[in-house]
Amino acid sequence: MALQANQARVKRAREGSPWTGLWAVVGKEMADQLTSVRMRILEVLILLTAFGTVYAALQELRATVGRDPFVFLKLFTTPRDPLPAFAGFLVFLVPLIAIALAFDAINGEFNRRTLPRVLAQPIYRDALLFGKFLAGFFTLALVLTTIWLLVMGLGLLRLGVPPSGEEVGRSLWFLVATIFYGGIWLALALVFSIIFRQPATAALASIAVWIFFTVFWEMIASLLAQAIQPVRSGFLEEVLAQSQLEMALARISPNTLYSEITLALLHPTIRALGLVLPIQLHGAILGTPLPLRQSMLLTWPQMTSLIAATILLFALGYTLFQRQEIRP
Amino acid sequence: MSEAVIETQDLTKHYGDFVAVDNLNLTVEEGQTFGLLGPNGSGKTTTILMLLGLTEPTAGKVRVLGFDPVRQPLSVKARVGYLPERLGFYDELTARENLLYIAKLNGLPRDEAYRRIDKVLEQINLSTAADQRVATMSRGMRQRLGLAEVLLKQPQLIIMDEPTQGLDPEVAHEFLNIVRDLKAEGITILLASHLLHQVQAVCDRVGLFHAGKMVLEGTVKDLAQRVLGGAYRIRLETEGAVPGLEEALRKLPGVVNVHCQDTNTYELEATKDLRPEAARAAIEAGGRLLAIDIEEPSLDEVYTRYFQEVEHGTAS
Repeated sequence: MALQANQARVKRAREGSPWTGLWAVVGKEMADQLTSVRMRILEVLILLTAFGTVYAALQELRATVGRDPFVFLKLFTTPRDPLPAFAGFLVFLVPLIAIALAFDAINGEFNRRTLPRVLAQPIYRDALLFGKFLAGFFTLALVLTTIWLLVMGLGLLRLGVPPSGEEVGRSLWFLVATIFYGGIWLALALVFSIIFRQPATAALASIAVWIFFTVFWEMIASLLAQAIQPVRSGFLEEVLAQSQLEMALARISPNTLYSEITLALLHPTIRALGLVLPIQLHGAILGTPLPLRQSMLLTWPQMTSLIAATILLFALGYTLFQRQEIRP
Repeated sequence: MSEAVIETQDLTKHYGDFVAVDNLNLTVEEGQTFGLLGPNGSGKTTTILMLLGLTEPTAGKVRVLGFDPVRQPLSVKARVGYLPERLGFYDELTARENLLYIAKLNGLPRDEAYRRIDKVLEQINLSTAADQRVATMSRGMRQRLGLAEVLLKQPQLIIMDEPTQGLDPEVAHEFLNIVRDLKAEGITILLASHLLHQVQAVCDRVGLFHAGKMVLEGTVKDLAQRVLGGAYRIRLETEGAVPGLEEALRKLPGVVNVHCQDTNTYELEATKDLRPEAARAAIEAGGRLLAIDIEEPSLDEVYTRYFQEVEHGTAS
């Protein structure tokens, strides 16, 4: 009996690895991404942003070089009118890059009628979808790493001091967070490219979600918090409960999560994200920086949320794509 | 003894309430060229997708080259070449680059891939355009490139969905010649089309689809026999009307029907070649025979007649 059940299970299992052909897809898709006109435009945009904001920051910073132990991190966070800081720019720019890389991933194949042909090759759909995601992810990582190197290089040249190990560690961790922040938007655009047959619709839908979280979500979170936890009699508990709820709601948005990570990593003196009561600061020496490990620990929940959201969105896309009919 | 390359048993596919394929039993033997005929939406493409494991059947069994496309899709897809209806390529890549991608997806090592690509490009006469971007290619060239891609994996079975649709007659003819060559190499071919004379020109057997069912199956001759009643059509032309000839012709053994078109032209439907008998009958009736010829039944006729009968609700 057990043997029969076993045999039945073997029979029901799909043959072969779902990742057969994965690297062929990744290779082709990355080559496509890197040679596309779209990429040229993004590159120009990114270079402008990096040079513009860092140059502006350098103007501000040159006065304080030598006195500040974290001057390299300031490169990322110092705004100068009318430009926001580089890290602030990334909150807007990274989703745009990610969406641009993936909004036509699947529906593009549909519209070019290449999908039946490709899926008639001995690969699973898994390989095609994951290959496309990975190609986008690697491209994104490549672009962001290039910018990171550019910023550090510019800093070296213009500031004339080398960065400390602590600074390199913090900015690298910031780079990793930025890549995963992009991953969410990449996965989202991929999902929309499966749902909508028109690439323009998929792009618009992705941008709508992006605008929603960038512009409206904070407002909505605050309104919701006021509605759900109204402050009736003005007790401290009530005020606290309300702002805690508001913060929890705001953290649904990847933008909030990413901003918090940026804050904690690039400002070593930040010791808590969220509400801090005076009593909790008892004994703390204000203004002293945290070691990198502590800052990483502080941002760990945000970081895992970013990664988890990326995986969840990809899983959603995967389920949708497996069930989709490929008939033209 | 030849083996069944494709075998389906009560294969059924529903899309919601719509029955796309209804209890299909299809067998294609090794080395055969089988034509799937039928109007658009009669279930041909759905059947093909199920054979390749690209769509899951609602019920029934499929075996392709002895594999189950639902559970062993990789084995099936590694051995079956598929030329879909309305082909698309990566337009910004060259013909060779497109083929190289497919070769990689098939897991061919680099050297082997390059060797095979050169070979198939030559085979389908596309060597000169190998490094041309697909965007600049004509419809006929794309279709041949599609065939090159199919041949790249050295398939045991080739499935083509409307391969000659939209090609100009000359290119279509050339394409059919390539198909004949493949057939001569012993590759099993399944060809779905509604361009009947082309199907007739290359297929050993045909299956006629209607509303998800295969309503007729057999050689073209078989079908003609069943649908038209007679597989042979003999046309007699005499000088002037010959009284009594029509009755005499009707009495010949094997005659199914006689039409008297003009006063001097008779058309016989018969189950065998009755030319000598018909000629004798004409002479014995005292007529002067001017011409006699025989016309092979065409699939066009079978098709048209069958669907006329469906409309009138008289098809068996």
